[in-house]
Amino acid sequence: MEEQNSISNDDGNNSPSGARGNEWPLWEIFIRSKNGLDHKHAGSLHAADAEMAIENARDVYTRRMEGVSIWAVESKYIHASNPDEASSLYDPANDKLYRHPTFYDLPDELRNM
Amino acid sequence: MNELINYTLQLADNSLILGHRNSEWTGHGPILEQDIAISNIVLDLIGQARNFYQYAAVLINNSTNQQFNQSTTEDTLAYLRNENEFKNCLLVEQPNGDWAKTILRQFFFSAYQFYLYQHLQNSNDETIAAIAEKSLKEVTYHLRWSSEWIIRLGDGTEESNSRMQKAIDDLWMYTDEFFEASSYELFAANEGFGAGVSLLKKDWMKKVKDVFDEATLSVPAELKQQIKWFGKEGKHSEHLGYILTEMQFLQREYPNSIW
Repeated sequence: MEEQNSISNDDGNNSPSGARGNEWPLWEIFIRSKNGLDHKHAGSLHAADAEMAIENARDVYTRRMEGVSIWAVESKYIHASNPDEASSLYDPANDKLYRHPTFYDLPDELRNM
Repeated sequence: MNELINYTLQLADNSLILGHRNSEWTGHGPILEQDIAISNIVLDLIGQARNFYQYAAVLINNSTNQQFNQSTTEDTLAYLRNENEFKNCLLVEQPNGDWAKTILRQFFFSAYQFYLYQHLQNSNDETIAAIAEKSLKEVTYHLRWSSEWIIRLGDGTEESNSRMQKAIDDLWMYTDEFFEASSYELFAANEGFGAGVSLLKKDWMKKVKDVFDEATLSVPAELKQQIKWFGKEGKHSEHLGYILTEMQFLQREYPNSIW
């Protein structure tokens, strides 16, 4: 809440101006479904600040008992790779099967691997 | 026995009527996320109402002194009672107005419910205690959610502040009823299954003052207008009739129809 003052100010996000709700910045929501697991991207929503983002996330994404923990990150802080570079970024891994740890025998007790 | 029934019905009626009022926002919320938030609160409130109605139905059906018809159910209590049989306080039946007024109504009620249910957790009636304990988690969130909104709107823009202040002027006069005990509430407090409502006022007032201070809003000095009705005893404002007409239409028009 300290740095955000987004209801009236332009906070520099790129969402198209239009409906009033859209003046609020967009947030990416990550939910941990149970302790010990990773937070997973659940979706995005609008909120005036971080506090409200978490409350909104609670109401939008955990109402069917989906989570035990919520992370909210303002979308503008997410940096994404460029889809146009996909072939140079990811294709070279295609023929390097030896990088997969599939040759190890895992004990049965090990879960979530 | 009648006092316990009336006391339980009052708890149910408050939640049902506020839930119904809030449900009028579903599909009309200021933004999608808040539409979902208020609708979630609705579901919590209706859930509380159901628990209390179910309990009241058991009490009524077991009661030898039949005040109502045979085989009462949660549905007959919600859909087939008349206006003067509803015991909700006047605040919860007041119209939604704008978002500020809806939020404020929720905040006033949730704060009241929060302190009330803390007492009811220790009720010597096990069912009431259990429902209060379960509901308190929901109420705690409603109170947090509505407090956050009060602070945002009060300490927001000039317009949001003036709308909030106007909502306070409109609704403040209904808050006194929380702390004025009806006959069955006095009985309930004496018997230990209910809370002494006048004792809740201090905590409630402190909570309201704290949130208002942070929201740069002010508590009205004294009541502008004395209320003539007393919802707890079935004397309602004009609004409840309209709510019931809409809410009860289907069961009145097509008795016993089911999903």
